[in-house]
Amino acid sequence: MKHRIWQALAAFALVCGFAPTASADLTFGVTLSATGPAASLGIPEKRTIELLPPTLGGQKIHWIILDDGSDTTRAVTNTRKLITEDHADAIIGSTVTPNSLAMVDVVADAKTPMISMAASARIIDPTNPRTHWVFKVPQNDSLMADAIAINMKQNGVRTLGYIGFNDAYGDSWLSEIKRSAATAGIKVVAEEKYNRNDASVTGQVLKLIAAQPDAILIGASGTPGATPEKELVARHYKGKIYQTHGIANPDFLRVCGADCNGTLLPIGPLVVWEQLPDSNPIKAVAKQYVSEYEAKYGPGSRSSFGGHAYDAWMLLTKAVPVALQKAQPGTPEFRAALRDALEQTTVVGTNGVFTMTPQDHNGMDNRARVIVKIENGKWILVK
Amino acid sequence: MDLSIAALLAQDGITNGAIYALLALAIVLVFTVTRVIWIPSGEFLSYGTLTLAGLQLGKAPGTVGLLVALAIVAGLVETASSWRQGALARLPRRLLFWVGVPLLIALVLARAAPLQWPFPVQVLLTLAAVTAMGPLQYRIVYQPLADASVLVLLIVSVAVHFVLTGLGLWFFGAEGSRTPAFSDASLQAGAVVFSAQSLFVVLASLLLIGVLYLLFGATLYGKALRATAINRIGARLVGISPSFAGTLTFALAALLCAFSGVLIGPITTVYYDSGFLISLKGFVGAIIGGLVSYPLAAAGAILVGLLESFSSFWASAFKEVIVFTLIIPVLLWRSLATRHHEEDE
Repeated sequence: MKHRIWQALAAFALVCGFAPTASADLTFGVTLSATGPAASLGIPEKRTIELLPPTLGGQKIHWIILDDGSDTTRAVTNTRKLITEDHADAIIGSTVTPNSLAMVDVVADAKTPMISMAASARIIDPTNPRTHWVFKVPQNDSLMADAIAINMKQNGVRTLGYIGFNDAYGDSWLSEIKRSAATAGIKVVAEEKYNRNDASVTGQVLKLIAAQPDAILIGASGTPGATPEKELVARHYKGKIYQTHGIANPDFLRVCGADCNGTLLPIGPLVVWEQLPDSNPIKAVAKQYVSEYEAKYGPGSRSSFGGHAYDAWMLLTKAVPVALQKAQPGTPEFRAALRDALEQTTVVGTNGVFTMTPQDHNGMDNRARVIVKIENGKWILVK
Repeated sequence: MDLSIAALLAQDGITNGAIYALLALAIVLVFTVTRVIWIPSGEFLSYGTLTLAGLQLGKAPGTVGLLVALAIVAGLVETASSWRQGALARLPRRLLFWVGVPLLIALVLARAAPLQWPFPVQVLLTLAAVTAMGPLQYRIVYQPLADASVLVLLIVSVAVHFVLTGLGLWFFGAEGSRTPAFSDASLQAGAVVFSAQSLFVVLASLLLIGVLYLLFGATLYGKALRATAINRIGARLVGISPSFAGTLTFALAALLCAFSGVLIGPITTVYYDSGFLISLKGFVGAIIGGLVSYPLAAAGAILVGLLESFSSFWASAFKEVIVFTLIIPVLLWRSLATRHHEEDE
C-alpha cells in the first residue's frame, strides 16, 4: 500500500515536472454558426455543447464557444484565435461546409485536430493531404443519397425531378442524387434551382410538373424546404415527394403542416430513436442525449444537428484518454496523439456508429441512416 | 409553355409584384419627404409576418420585446433632447407619446396572444404594433440626423438594417413562419384558375394605393407631406414641422411594410432576414420610378414581379441575376433621358 502511494507521488511529481507552463487542463475550441443563415443548425449545436460535462478523463475542460455567423472569414479568424491565443487541443466546427473547408488549411498548419459538424465529404477528402487533421461527424451526402435511391427503386420510381437550393448544398445534392439514381436505374428528367428566401417557386414547380416525374426530390435545408413542397401540393402534384435530412427539425414540421404528409426522407436514427429496435446500439446513446437535451429545451426540441455536436463529444471521450497516456494537454505532442487516437476510434454515437480509419475520417456505415415518413407532424420510421 | 402556364406565371408575378409595389411606395415616400434611402423597410415586412404568425400560434411575438426596447431608447433620447433644449415642461406629453403609446401596444399584444382573438383583430393588432416602430425608428435614428447629407443617411440606413436584422434574430429566432391563407377558394375563368389569395393580395394593394392617393390629394396632412417633399425649407416657412412630417411619413411607410408582411405571410415562409431581398426588389421598382414617381414605382415593381416569375420558369438558376440586371438599363435610360439636377443642400 505504502509502495503504491510512493509510486503515485512519484508519478505526480514527474507529471508536474514535465508539465508545460500552461495549465494541464484540456481546452476545446468551438466555432459554430449560431447566427446568420445557418442559425437553425448552429443553435442546437451550441445548446448541446453547453450541456456537456466540464471534465473528461479526470481533466478539467475549458470550453471556448465562438459564433462565426455562418461567415467563412469569421470561421477562419475564430479558428486562428482558438489555436494561437487559447491553445486549443482540438477544434470543433464549423456548422456549414464552406466554413469547414476554409478551416482545413488553418488546422493543418497549426497541427491541431478538428472535428467538423458540416456534411460535405470534401472536408475529409482522403486524397487531400491537408485533411490529415480533420474529422467529420455528419453523414456523407452520398450515404443519404443512396438511401433515397434504394427507397425510390422499392417504390417503383423510374423518373425523378429535382429542385434544390441555388448554392453548394443544392448543387452537391444534385450531383449525388444523379450518381445514386443512375446506379438504381432512375432517370433525372428535370433540374430546378431556387433560393432560400424566394417569395415564390411557382415557375420552377410548373416546369417540374410539366416533366411528369414519378417522384420529386427537394434538396434544401431547414424550413425553406417547405416552400417548393407546399407549391407542389397546391399544384396537385400526385407523385412521391422526397426531402433531404437537412430539413429535419421541428420548425419544418410546423411550417409545412399537413401539406408534408407522406413525404419521405433519409435521416440519422437519433430523431426517431424511440422507434428503433432495442438491438440497435445507437438507441441507448440517442436516448441518453435526447432525454438530456429535451429535459432542458422542451419536448420535441431534438434535431440531428445537436446530435452531431454530441457525436463530436463522443469521439473525444474515446480519444482523449488514449492521448492523455502519451502527452500532456496543451502540447503539440498531445494534439498529435489526440489526432492519432481519433483516427483509431470506434464509438457508437447518436447518429450512427463511427469506425475511423486513416482512409475514412467519417467512419459511418448504413446504420447511420434510416428512411422516415412524415405523418401528421411526426417522423415515422419506415421499416 | 402553353397559355395556362403563362397565365399562372403572370398571376404569380403580379401577386408578388403587388407586394413589391407596396414596399416601393414606402421607399419612395420616405425618400421624398426625408431624403432617407430606407433600406430597413424589409425588416418591417418580416416583423409584420412574424408578429401575425406569433399571434396565430398563441405565443407573445418577439415584437413585444422589440417595442419595449425601442420605447425605452426613444424615452431616453427624448428626455436628453428636452433637457438640452431646457424644455422639460413639454417632457411628460412627449414621453406619453413616445413611451406610453408603444408600451400600451406591447402590453395589449402580450395579453392578447394567448386569447386567440379573431383573425381580423390579430391583423389590426399586428399592423398597430409594427406601425408604431416606424416613428420610433425615426425618432431614435433619423430625426437627430435630419440635416445630414443623403450619403450619411444612406450609410446610417445600412447600419440600421443590420441592427434590425440582428434584433429580429434575437427576438423572433432563426426559423421562419407562415400564416394560414385568408381563403383556399379559387375562381375558374376559362382554362385559367385564379386563387382567391392572389386576388386578395392584388385588391388589397390597389385599395391601399387608392387610400394613399386620397390621403395625399384630399387631406391637409397629406398635402403637408407633399409640400415637404417638394420643398423642405419652403414647407418649414409655412409652418409644417419637419419632425412631424418625418414621424407621419415613417408611420405610413411602416404601415405599408407591415401590411405587405401580412399579405406575403400565406404565400411564402418568412424569416427574420427575408425582408431584405424583398425590399431590394421593391427598391428596383422605386429606382424605375426615379425614387420620386409613385405610379412609375408601382409599375416598376409589378414588372420586377413578372420578370422574376417568368425567369424562374426559364432559367431558375439565374433568376436573381436577371432581376437585378434590370436595374442597369433602367439607370442608363434614366440618366440619359432626364436632365440631372443636383440637390440643393
